[in-house]
Amino acid sequence: MFLTFLKNAIRFSTIFLFGSTGETITEKSGHLNLGTPGIMCMGALGGCVGESLYLKSIGGDYAAIDGFSAVVIGILFAMLFAGLGGLIYGFLTITLRCNQNVSGLAITTFGAGVTNFFINYVDRNGFNYLAAKFTAPVSQANDWFSTIFLSHGALVYLAIVLALVVAFIMKKTRTGLNLTAIGENPATADAAGINVTGYKYVSCVLGSGISGIGGLFYIMDYLYGSWEYSIDAMGWLAVALVIFSVWKPNWGILGSILFGALYILPYYTNFSFAIQEIIKMIPYAVTIIVLIITSIINRRESQPPAALGLSYFREER
Amino acid sequence: MTVKNEAVVSTVKRHKEPLFRLIKRTDIPIWKKWVIRIATFAVAAITAGLLFTFIIGDGAAFGTFFKELWSGSFGTERLTYIFLNNWAIMMCISLAVTPAFKMRFWNIGAEGQTLAAALGAAFVIHYFGKSLIEPVVILLMLVAALFMGMLWALLPAIFKAVWGTNETLFTLMMNYVAIQLVNFFVNLWSPGGSGTIGNLGNGSFHGLFGLPYIQNAVFVAIVTIIVFVYLKFFKHGYELEVVGESVNTAKYIGINVKKVIIRTMILSGAVCGFAGFLLVGGSPTPTINTGLVGGRGFTAILVSWLSKFSPIAMIFVAALVVFLQKGASQASDSFHLGASSAFSNIIIGIFFLMIIACEFFIDYQIKFRKKEGK
Repeated sequence: MFLTFLKNAIRFSTIFLFGSTGETITEKSGHLNLGTPGIMCMGALGGCVGESLYLKSIGGDYAAIDGFSAVVIGILFAMLFAGLGGLIYGFLTITLRCNQNVSGLAITTFGAGVTNFFINYVDRNGFNYLAAKFTAPVSQANDWFSTIFLSHGALVYLAIVLALVVAFIMKKTRTGLNLTAIGENPATADAAGINVTGYKYVSCVLGSGISGIGGLFYIMDYLYGSWEYSIDAMGWLAVALVIFSVWKPNWGILGSILFGALYILPYYTNFSFAIQEIIKMIPYAVTIIVLIITSIINRRESQPPAALGLSYFREER
Repeated sequence: MTVKNEAVVSTVKRHKEPLFRLIKRTDIPIWKKWVIRIATFAVAAITAGLLFTFIIGDGAAFGTFFKELWSGSFGTERLTYIFLNNWAIMMCISLAVTPAFKMRFWNIGAEGQTLAAALGAAFVIHYFGKSLIEPVVILLMLVAALFMGMLWALLPAIFKAVWGTNETLFTLMMNYVAIQLVNFFVNLWSPGGSGTIGNLGNGSFHGLFGLPYIQNAVFVAIVTIIVFVYLKFFKHGYELEVVGESVNTAKYIGINVKKVIIRTMILSGAVCGFAGFLLVGGSPTPTINTGLVGGRGFTAILVSWLSKFSPIAMIFVAALVVFLQKGASQASDSFHLGASSAFSNIIIGIFFLMIIACEFFIDYQIKFRKKEGK
């Protein structure tokens, strides 16, 4: 019982982890992308389009589905569509210097609309066969270690590896430090010769692309290839997780598992439906508490990037 | 002499002047602003029409789209009343977020503030609706709604004022706390644990004042005037604008910044609270569910920003947004495209993105590189 709970918590956490790793990259460059829910939706749509094309290319022969190519094609298309959303956001906020909150919310409206509308036009026949490839476990063994750590599909491991890689790049490499510098003070970074616009674009597009894989996971792994619109709440939770993990993707791994556990906890308890709704409130409430505590303690390492939400125009003082 | 010059040129890398550069505009004539905005609007409308034509796959659909767009709000008398009512609510929430935005306090929690207020009103109906007389119930509903709206706005405001807690993220999270709280009470109150609540029965003031269909619009018109006067003619309105422009300036001239932040957010929450009160009590069949506000808390932010925080411009922008929402879902419905709310989200998204982008051409001037005389 507890093993399955933990296993499902880890599985569910993947959506949040992809979303928050991507959003962390974007926020580190000083761009608060409130379009994340919409962008995760677009990732789901992209994944569907890609898989649908893939199935067509192998002539609808479901036995011939190759797990590796199916997953890779899904990831590429999810990143492509979500990256496109990030590009629109980036163009608006970096080049056109529009207000980030407003642009992000517009992207959320647009992305959710596009996905909910056009996903009905995608041929999703045979997606359950594809989903079987996405959820294929590493090991079928029944001991506790395999159940918790080895029973997941490929994307779960990808999310964890990606979070660790991003955390390493952020902290240990010149690229990551440059990105942090831009998020803290773009004018100083510019004066130091860092290509501010280039970094910002790459972080917006790449960050959105990574968030988009969360959408792919949601539809292909979590929902087994069907579609149900509830990703917006998860998108906002991914934004919350960025704060919860104080802009560190490696902490985000633990945070996402906690969020995942809290999200599915109601289904493993005997509480009334009413109480279950209160349990579902906990991730949001905890995020608020973390936000308050970090602002009261006021440690420099756990603050939001100083230039978060501000447009940068070189000629302005 | 000439030889020497050439040598210099060949060793030093010549940088071309960039193709274009941006200059921040400080004085743009008002007519020019509106030409840019109206042109953008036309482009967005044509894009939306083309998208619709593309989906239908028939050239004649382009004209039909605009006909459907119109009839979504003004096709029948009933639709017009629905339009009017939605307009009023959208306007009310947009007004609510405006004072905070003018102060550069990014309150994106209007959805939660309105929903919490609606919950307050529903709470009063559920527990006191049958035992008290109608006018008292309605009065209590108003008090409860205002209280909840203010509470939801006050919490982030206090933490922002005292510890500088990031208000964007705080208010965003408060939305979902409100949504879950509503889910909790809906499950608690719903008969047999069905998870939905129908008509709460009492507590409707729909038609109480003899104007059943335009009553919400009248109330919101009054709120509009109050907010307009507050922002324009009161010292409070001036103070919050100074805080928005520069906190340091505000401190220097002796404005108590903390007080202004908290006071303004209380006002913001109260207006959201009023919108929540109208959503519950202003309906002939008062009810509560998480879809009651229906994303208008987020749309209102865009409305407020696009009207440049002017309550007068907001009247038109709010009308336009509701018009597009209703029209696009009508167009989608009459062609059986399915997911009509999704289609209206696409149309609204296109308009918003384009109009947001057009502000760039109002704020900045693009200067192209002059051709070098050869």
